[in-house]
Amino acid sequence: MHRNLGTEILGVMQKRTVVKILLIFTLVFTTSNLFAKETKEEGSGDLKTEIKEFIDHHLQDSHDFTLFSDKATHKHYGFPLPVILWDNGLKVFSSSKFHHGETVAEVDGNYYKLYHSKIYKTDAEGTINYDEDHHATNAKPLDFSITKNVVSMFLIGLLMFFMFRGLAKSYKKNNGIPTGVGRFLEPLVVFVRDEIAIPNIGEKKYKRYMSFLLTIFFFIWLLNLLGMTPLGVNVTGNIAVTFALALLVFLITNLTANKNYWGHIFWMPGVPTFMKIVLAPIELLGIFIKPFSLMIRLYANMTAGHVVLMSIVGLMFIFKSWIGSPLSFGLAFALSILELLVAALQAYIFTMLSALYFGMANEEAHH
Amino acid sequence: MEKLINDFSFGLFFWQILLFVGLVLLLRKYAWKPILEAINNREAGIKDALESAEAARKEMQNLQADNERILNEARAERDAMLKEARQLKENMITDAKTEAQAEADKIVAQAQATIASEKKAAIADLKNQVAGLSVEIAEKVVRKELSDKKNQLELVDSMLGDVTLN
Repeated sequence: MHRNLGTEILGVMQKRTVVKILLIFTLVFTTSNLFAKETKEEGSGDLKTEIKEFIDHHLQDSHDFTLFSDKATHKHYGFPLPVILWDNGLKVFSSSKFHHGETVAEVDGNYYKLYHSKIYKTDAEGTINYDEDHHATNAKPLDFSITKNVVSMFLIGLLMFFMFRGLAKSYKKNNGIPTGVGRFLEPLVVFVRDEIAIPNIGEKKYKRYMSFLLTIFFFIWLLNLLGMTPLGVNVTGNIAVTFALALLVFLITNLTANKNYWGHIFWMPGVPTFMKIVLAPIELLGIFIKPFSLMIRLYANMTAGHVVLMSIVGLMFIFKSWIGSPLSFGLAFALSILELLVAALQAYIFTMLSALYFGMANEEAHH
Repeated sequence: MEKLINDFSFGLFFWQILLFVGLVLLLRKYAWKPILEAINNREAGIKDALESAEAARKEMQNLQADNERILNEARAERDAMLKEARQLKENMITDAKTEAQAEADKIVAQAQATIASEKKAAIADLKNQVAGLSVEIAEKVVRKELSDKKNQLELVDSMLGDVTLN
């Protein structure tokens, strides 16, 4: 009895603390982010360039989890992440060695320098050579670092696992009726099944794609939402991430496709032979264009959202007036709400189109 | 496009594939399968319950219809039985009546026959007696009146007249 009560209280407390921690994080980061910008503005003359650089930097992945930084004192607040390089052997070290690109990291007699969020191999002085287009020509070791985006994805993955494991468990405990947060999650799962998977793939075959569709839907949605927090992560607006997701869709589509699908690509039924020959390369190209559009759509939407939102937030500091700043604040607020919608919409569209492609790959002959 | 390719990080791609595929496999085993199964089971349960309720309702209707039918049949049977009984009663009464009538008629006929024969016998007897009496009278008259011819004749005449009158 006492133990039960103890675990129960602990459970409730855990839930409460998670919520509280999230709240505190949000508050602290919002205020500190703004504060950080404020100090920057004092320290630097060209505010517009700085905002542009800030946005550029934000859109890119980073080797350390910087929450905010103070340019005046050159202090970064956050925590370093592990750097993993493959350069004639595995090199693992903390990103704190780079000091945010200010110093050269020395590992096993090799020197590395962080330049525009990328790691280059340099000499002991950290010289970076440029070509005529001002691109660095130094050698780039294969970079498998646990970056900010990897950490974010890992955290979202963990969150998803605990959320849905909890939902799965709650069915057993409560006679097939979800409890707690599961009551919110279950309709979403049912939505993916009834509105995305079944209409696009069909009653017979949808089951084997459900795991992928559910995972990708919640993964993209949660990462999009995480991008809305002031943590400053931009995972779904990263081309490598959307490329990986699109590649998986491409592989699943083509590896599970039936004869009818390939027949429609290489030898379109019901058209003259000449047209068949003309259509084959077009259809073949279509195989690649479909996932490519998935990749670009998600990347462009999320990147554009971040750029526009951050630019409008930046306007507040450019206007610095009692009219302009509240106006851009109001605009940023409205846009944030729109972006919340876009976060869900893009996840829906990605999942929906994936399901559509899976459905095409499984269509039965009907001629 | 150049910026896109420049931004592409193979490391991030690698981790993304690894994490995502791992996540799909993990969630499939520990979350999606049990969740979808539970939802399917529940939906199947609800469907079953609705169907069985519908079936029960239909059965109930059938039962009610059956009851109604049985009741109607019983009522019809009762009516038929009553009708039969009434018929039987009427038949019995009519039969009894006709039989009684026939018996009565027979008795009456017998009585009449008896009466007729009795009457015949009585008449015959009377005739015999009258004849005897007449002979006796005639004998006495003849004896008495033989003396007076005129009287004799008168007597014979009057007597004969009487006899024919009888």
